[in-house]
Amino acid sequence: MTDQRSAPPVLVLDHATKRFGAVRALEDGSITLYPGEAHALLGENGAGKSTLVKILAGVYGADSGELLIGGEPVTFNGPGASRAAGVSIIYQEPTLFPDLSVAENIFMGRQPLGVGRRIDRAAMNRAATEIFARLGVQLDPSRVARGLSVADQQIVEIAKALSFNAQVLVMDEPTAALTTVEVGRLFEVIRTLRAQGAAVLFITHRIEEAFASCQRVTIMRDGSFVRTAPIEEVTVEDIIRSMVGRDLDALFPKTPAAPGEVVLDVEHLCRDGVFYDISFQVRRGEIVALAGLVGAGRTEVARAVFGIDRRTSGTVRVRGEALPNGKPLAAMNAGVALVPEDRRQQGLVMEMSIDQNVALASLRRLRRFGLIWRSRERELATTWATRLQLRFSRMGNTVSTLSGGNQQKVVLGKWLARNPSLLIIDEPTRGIDVGTKAEVHRLLDSLVVDGLAVLMISSELLEVLGMADRVIVLREGRIAADLTRAEADEDSIMRAATGQSPAAAA
Amino acid sequence: MSVITAPAAAPTERPVSRLESLLRARELGIALAILLVFGLTTLNNHAFARVASIQQLLIGAALIALLGVGETLVIVTRNVDLSVGSIVGLSAYIVGDLFKYHHNMPVVLGFVVAIAVGAAIGAINGFVTTVARVPSLVVTLAMLYIVRGVDGLIVNGKTIDPGSIPKAFTAVGYRTLFGIPWLAIIVAVVVATAGYAMRSFRSSRDLYGIGSNPDAAVLAGIPAGRRVFTAFLISGSLAGLAGALFLALHAQIDVSGGTGYELAVVAAVVVGGVAIFGGSGTVLGAALGAVLLNTINQALVASRISAFWNGAIAGGLLLVAIAFDRWLSLRVARSLQSAEGAHRDL
Repeated sequence: MTDQRSAPPVLVLDHATKRFGAVRALEDGSITLYPGEAHALLGENGAGKSTLVKILAGVYGADSGELLIGGEPVTFNGPGASRAAGVSIIYQEPTLFPDLSVAENIFMGRQPLGVGRRIDRAAMNRAATEIFARLGVQLDPSRVARGLSVADQQIVEIAKALSFNAQVLVMDEPTAALTTVEVGRLFEVIRTLRAQGAAVLFITHRIEEAFASCQRVTIMRDGSFVRTAPIEEVTVEDIIRSMVGRDLDALFPKTPAAPGEVVLDVEHLCRDGVFYDISFQVRRGEIVALAGLVGAGRTEVARAVFGIDRRTSGTVRVRGEALPNGKPLAAMNAGVALVPEDRRQQGLVMEMSIDQNVALASLRRLRRFGLIWRSRERELATTWATRLQLRFSRMGNTVSTLSGGNQQKVVLGKWLARNPSLLIIDEPTRGIDVGTKAEVHRLLDSLVVDGLAVLMISSELLEVLGMADRVIVLREGRIAADLTRAEADEDSIMRAATGQSPAAAA
Repeated sequence: MSVITAPAAAPTERPVSRLESLLRARELGIALAILLVFGLTTLNNHAFARVASIQQLLIGAALIALLGVGETLVIVTRNVDLSVGSIVGLSAYIVGDLFKYHHNMPVVLGFVVAIAVGAAIGAINGFVTTVARVPSLVVTLAMLYIVRGVDGLIVNGKTIDPGSIPKAFTAVGYRTLFGIPWLAIIVAVVVATAGYAMRSFRSSRDLYGIGSNPDAAVLAGIPAGRRVFTAFLISGSLAGLAGALFLALHAQIDVSGGTGYELAVVAAVVVGGVAIFGGSGTVLGAALGAVLLNTINQALVASRISAFWNGAIAGGLLLVAIAFDRWLSLRVARSLQSAEGAHRDL
């Protein structure tokens, strides 16, 4: 790295790789941290940031590559080893003991001892108060952790890290659940830490935060290191380009759309604290994508449309008919189908057979004399298995025996058997291998050609660009952009999703 | 270094700490309930306050309170030990059988054997739960039946009668010191020791950590397997000790000794404020829970109310205790949420 700093780096990770079976989670994880510096690690979802953090944390061992701390090569065989080496990780979800006191949370397993190896509570609370003073915050060390706000929980985590005399603090998207005021306080704390000589690695997907609080930035993409630069030497433009800069190298089987009448009409949809004033339409024969960063409210909008979550205000119409609030069954009867993000938990009954899963949403129709007939179930499932080109050995096998892609086909078949007019599909290809991905995409395309209206939620930019006729970008619960297929590209979507207007970036 | 204040911390502080003080007062509440039941019953039947009657109250609660100590250790780690009743029966019979054939065996050895039997079974519970990762509910339920089965094989229809047991051993069951039964003193010492240890040592705080948030416990480097194993080992050992005390108290034992104790213990522990999902509760609370349930039991007898009500009242109390805990945690969750909402509006 071309750097003229006098202080040697405290931590260097060089060309680390990590595979899980056939999946390469990290191709080239490289980062260099200097004392007294806050370093932002930026990248899209799936860029490998979390894997890199877990290697630093000692949760995963790297398959190859080198990790140097204070110039010495180290290997971690567990979270304890990483901590002992002076690396503390603050996870996005704080890992506190809700039933124990704040001070005890900080010193768990290392409580100050008095006579006879007894825990010296007074000393423990004093030490905690001291750390809070160093951080410039006020928290009662003797209160239980249960009921602390997420921001305060993070403060406790940071205090814990300090109590280890950590030289390196890694924060994994610490601001994701914080309010603006709380983010401000966190930045103050980070400034204090830097002043005391700690190196801070700050993982985020909010580019403006990198500029607000960091001196150096590293960008990752597709599991690989892209570049590191001092923050003064880069612009938002550069960063966005580095984060997404790739070609549409995968071919998407997209037939030009011929949108028909409006199927879904959402007006001023609002759920307090989650999303506000969402209005859009989906027509027959088109795919509308809901894009945005994780936490922007995409899934929540879909859930409110389907009636799983109640909306605070606004209307949802399907083919002109208003849907009642909070009634998924009414949405189903109006011809709406929802394929959830988490197949295994919400889309399938993993221990049930393939045909039973396919029939699950059509049981009313399969009933005769009030009983479900296995033969009719089997018949229905066979029809859809053929149409969706499902690969399976026996209909009676449990769905857990199928691959991810084929499981997704079962979920699709379950809903298509109801002959819906609107399909809401959340992350259609998450966890599906590349080959089957294209198959799912082809399937979606042919359904749309046949006149289905599709509302697709996706975190994969390529998928959004390749499949969608229109892209609605959400940011922090509001519509940030409504783009046509022609207008949508990586730049425009990322810009809207991260809140960088073209003017501000230029 | 800049010093900033924490406005975010303030709003959540007050309501939670008030609820917390309620939580802390749990032991006090149970103690008051015991006094209330005792007082009301005495008004109705003055014999209830006699020394002999109070001694009976203490003796009746002693074994369940002792088992409650071990059970608390286990439940705090988000596990459960259902095998304690069977351990009481088996260890009591084995010791009784030893005395029958070796009448001059030292009394202390009787206790040592009983504790060893309990420890061995506790070790199996702990091993299967932590190493084979079988849920402890299943492991100890299986052990409940297995131990009872082994007990049946050994007993083989026989009974140990009072004549076989040395006087020095049964003395533990009926002697008193300044009017307080030895049995109650022994249990009180165990409760006090365990209660103190649970507050004051790192390893016992680990138990609370494991039950409070198992994932965080791993990240904090707590040797969860070893700690949970130890909790089962102690629970088993105390159940063995309870078996010896059972024999000393009743001076006879057949195959049914200790049957159903496990559920009485879990009920006492939960009524005593130990969260069934782990993470919180004290040994003292569990012991007081045992005293409360036993006091109610005897109060019914003293008031000549059908003993059938006893079970119903114990069950009702259990529901109230659990509903109360649930309500508390919901209150905490809600006060947190509204506080967060308030921030967002800022």
